[in-house]
Amino acid sequence: MRPFKYQSAATVKDAVGAVSKSEGSKFIAGGTNLVDLMKEDVERPAALIDVSRIDLKQVRSEGDSVVIGAMAKNTDTANHPLVRMNFPLLSQAIFAGASAQIRNMATNGGNLMQRTRCVYFYDTSMPCNKRERGSGCGAKEGLNRMHAIFGWSDECVAVHPSDMCVALAALDAVVKVEGPEGKTRDVPFSAFHRLPGDDPTRDNELKNGELITSITIPKNKFAGNSYYLKVRDRASYAFALVSVAAALELDGEKIKDVRIALGGVAHKPWRARKAEDYLRGKAPKTEEFEKAAKLELADARALEHNAFKVPLAERAIVRALRQASQ
Amino acid sequence: MTDHFEDLHEAEELTADEEKLLDELGLEGESRRRFLGQVGAAGFSVFAMQLIAERQALAAGEVPIEPAAERLPLENSVKVAFNVNGEKRSVTVDSRTTLLDTLRERLDLTGSKKGCDHGQCGACTVIADGRRVLSCLTLAVTCEGKDVTTIEGLAKGETLHPMQDAFVKYDAFQCGYCTPGQICSAVALLDEAKRGEASYVTETTGNRSAKLSDDDIRERMSGNICRCGAYPNILKAIKEVHRGEETAATWNFAKPGLLKKEVGDETV
Repeated sequence: MRPFKYQSAATVKDAVGAVSKSEGSKFIAGGTNLVDLMKEDVERPAALIDVSRIDLKQVRSEGDSVVIGAMAKNTDTANHPLVRMNFPLLSQAIFAGASAQIRNMATNGGNLMQRTRCVYFYDTSMPCNKRERGSGCGAKEGLNRMHAIFGWSDECVAVHPSDMCVALAALDAVVKVEGPEGKTRDVPFSAFHRLPGDDPTRDNELKNGELITSITIPKNKFAGNSYYLKVRDRASYAFALVSVAAALELDGEKIKDVRIALGGVAHKPWRARKAEDYLRGKAPKTEEFEKAAKLELADARALEHNAFKVPLAERAIVRALRQASQ
Repeated sequence: MTDHFEDLHEAEELTADEEKLLDELGLEGESRRRFLGQVGAAGFSVFAMQLIAERQALAAGEVPIEPAAERLPLENSVKVAFNVNGEKRSVTVDSRTTLLDTLRERLDLTGSKKGCDHGQCGACTVIADGRRVLSCLTLAVTCEGKDVTTIEGLAKGETLHPMQDAFVKYDAFQCGYCTPGQICSAVALLDEAKRGEASYVTETTGNRSAKLSDDDIRERMSGNICRCGAYPNILKAIKEVHRGEETAATWNFAKPGLLKKEVGDETV
């Protein structure tokens, strides 16, 4: 690991000031992804500003929303009564991610900030446009079984590994960030992470020095009919091949509202809007779920080794929706 | 073909003092050449003197305090104070040092193990402020003021923690390398269950009196990999402590007390 200066920040202002002032500085909270990448010489910060002690750890109700603090741990968030009661989908998604140890360390803000990544990103002996812009992509013609089927570019085919973010995408969360001079802004969740395009070095739309302070989730009527399905190579503690966050609001025999987001398929959590549009007003029946899933996957573009993800995602959508509808 | 080390170093003149140091270290022939190759002949006397000083200190029963820190200049040194197994500890570390390396290399607590060093195996699991965490992905400097419990802190004197007892009783290991992490993880898991925390496979969320199912324990322990595959016995050990119902020990080396309960006076 390369040498770096370490500083603990007491307030958002201090932290933002420290990072925006010196180039090569980074925020660190749980460190579960960043420290690992530093060990591999992928991340090379000149300074780390520790934001984990900043008082942004509450989960609270605010009007028609629940606000979760950026520095609250994933474990505490998933177990919080407000989250369990209002958004069981989010609890389930968090519990599906990583291991108990990592969820105890990882913060909510950090979960959003973990890198979109693949094994070629980690392997500094291989080219990677995300690590070094213009160096090439080892994965596109390489071993790409785990990689994207939606939204990839010739520059990058990696997928965002978070489960929590798939649920937050489905729940239309809003990310509150604070930048230099106390400037705050709200970023809708689906606009927070980026597709790779021609610059995969950037995973999200945050500007230098901006720090996530909280995530707001509007209350909804999905709590009784939601399900997070994660399909992976082993039963637990593995990245998703495909995951599905499904939420339904039923009105008698009709689907009044529906949310579907996919994980493991794109550079960012993938909102399945075509499937959602099709399902509104339809009956919550398997045949309809199948049609919706087929419609969504019609746009998928598989790579050499991940064509299996297309039918897998289709079936996973159907299974998650069936489970949610019960 | 000429020997590489010979080429480099044997040709260089060693002073009489340096020759004496090498003799004191007991380095002769091939090992002497390898040693010189590693440290570089010019700088070896400093290194050798430190080794000898440490050996003498150890022989005299004095354990040198923070030897690594005394020897190496730290680029970004940070002083950090935290409690380890109920004892206040204070160390000055390079900002890069992980909690795991601090425990093992600086505080002589080598129970926590370095498996993958990348957060994928769980061998380094310790309990920080009541939560199990991975010490290999935790920077020591972030631990200021925290309470850390390692495998060394679980037993009370000679009395093992119930989870340690259960691991022995059920032979819940083979090579033993992952065991400290498994046990710390299991101890914290039971506290999590007591607090009513859920998991991905929890069916009845929020029911604090509910006993964890086998699947739930497996899911909650999935961050601890056991290369020997001792999982069935790890599960049995955790189940027994979790349920508080003792079952029969099935092998001869189980603790005498536990065996006696089951088979009476015939054994041990």
